[in-house]
Amino acid sequence: MDDTIIRTENLHHSYAASEDELEIEVLHGIDLHVKQGSFVGILGHNGSGKSTLAKHFNAVLLPDVGKVWVSGMDTSSEENTLDIRRTVGMVFQNPDNQIVANVVEEDVAFAPENLGYPTEEIRKRVDDALKAVDMYDMRTHAPHLLSGGQKQRIAIAGVIAMRPRCIVLDEPTAMLDPYGRREVIETIRVLNKVFGITVILITHHMGEVTRADRVIVMDEGRVYMDGTPAEIFSQVEKLRSVHLDAPPTVALLYELRKEGLNVPLDALEPEDCAAVIGALIKHKA
Amino acid sequence: MLKDITLGQYFPVDTPIHRLDPRVKLVLTVVFIVALFLAKWIYSYALMLAYVVVVTGLARIRPKALFKGLKPLIIIIFVTAVLNMLYTGGEPVLVIWKLRITEQGLYAAAFMVLRIMLLVCGTFLLTYTTSPIMLTDGMEALMKPLGLIKVPVHELAMMMSIALRFIPTLIEETDKIVSAQKARGADFSSGNIVRRAKALIPILVPLFVSAFRRADELAMAMECRCYHGGKGRTRLHMLSMHSRDAAAIFAGAAILAGTVVLRSYGL
Repeated sequence: MDDTIIRTENLHHSYAASEDELEIEVLHGIDLHVKQGSFVGILGHNGSGKSTLAKHFNAVLLPDVGKVWVSGMDTSSEENTLDIRRTVGMVFQNPDNQIVANVVEEDVAFAPENLGYPTEEIRKRVDDALKAVDMYDMRTHAPHLLSGGQKQRIAIAGVIAMRPRCIVLDEPTAMLDPYGRREVIETIRVLNKVFGITVILITHHMGEVTRADRVIVMDEGRVYMDGTPAEIFSQVEKLRSVHLDAPPTVALLYELRKEGLNVPLDALEPEDCAAVIGALIKHKA
Repeated sequence: MLKDITLGQYFPVDTPIHRLDPRVKLVLTVVFIVALFLAKWIYSYALMLAYVVVVTGLARIRPKALFKGLKPLIIIIFVTAVLNMLYTGGEPVLVIWKLRITEQGLYAAAFMVLRIMLLVCGTFLLTYTTSPIMLTDGMEALMKPLGLIKVPVHELAMMMSIALRFIPTLIEETDKIVSAQKARGADFSSGNIVRRAKALIPILVPLFVSAFRRADELAMAMECRCYHGGKGRTRLHMLSMHSRDAAAIFAGAAILAGTVVLRSYGL
């Protein structure tokens, strides 16, 4: 299939707990197709294997059993590694530990420098990337003086300067305050909608993926649920059984429903939820 | 509290000296040091002093900033001066008990003090006018030939620039750990020196653990951004020579030649 950017087949992965000890398998056969240009959210509580899975998407980890293909390239063959990493960029949780340079633009330039582009091309990519995350005005600042949300946007710019077709974000908002979280999520949405970059967002904030095209719920190293946000989040009980909560909107509607009110469960956005409840009140009155 | 430490002491101002190529500035600093050690008599020292004064003026550095840099060296300068005064042979001009101060001794002391001060000021001019990144880039470029004898020049430069990048992050972290330990009743300010040194252990251990974890994550993030060593790597800011750099090299050569000539006449 041409519009598949990432494909995994029977993917298994184990970590050695320590030397001489038994290996612990954390991924037990994952089969996934991720469509080019889509916005995929991956949910799961701690230890569900979601970060491990993410690291297979750009050959940071290699499968023990099974295969991973990134736009047709097998991650297990070493000559593909560099091409895979420029196709699928990766953003991590702690922005401080991903920033390499003392100046914002030098940091964003790091990846294109590694790829050996000429100076003018690097300049252009850096400027484009900084504009895409709305940090162009800060290009000569020192990263350690920026807020958490700004730092994370710099980290994202540092990845998109490679012009990847896909970016994987491993809990990029976990260390941010609500304001920074909103900044980062907004930036990710723009990248997906305006620039057509495939986004794989790993998170445990349900609210961040309500507008995704697809949500995958991981549990115990397996794909537990897979569908549209409306499909997934309306199954409140099933989510709770793997220690995940429905977004606040759905949780509210779910409680109302338990009280015997006839409300739909798939009004995920606060505005939609408000509209549903507003209609309900009007109807009652 | 630790945030007040200024590192690298770089003063970002836009002057011709700041804009000079870092390679040129590094070479000029070495030339200056060599010339300073070749200096023999008042005229050569005057030349060196003139160089420092002119560069300070061009770089718009306040003399106060240079003197501040000399402050920690006052004791060393004083001791050197006294020793030179007392242990240089020649005609005594002043004898107090067993101590003989000679005319030559006075000159030697004065020159030595001047030499140390100029040496320090000359190198400060480099760090005041060159950002740490430029300095690292300059060193990497100048040491490149060492790569032929298997010196990992690029890796060393990368290590240095990452170290510079993480200094503020680790200082901030140290602050946090200190506060956390104080909140648990740790006492860093009383007791003798051994006790105080021991009190540092609960700060250093978490700091090291976290530094290693950061290093691990950073290495992974760098690999994800296609870092694969210095081979085939280009730069956003390529170092390039301009006419002002040529002028600076010419000036440096002139000063060195001048000192050599003055020295041959014993001046």
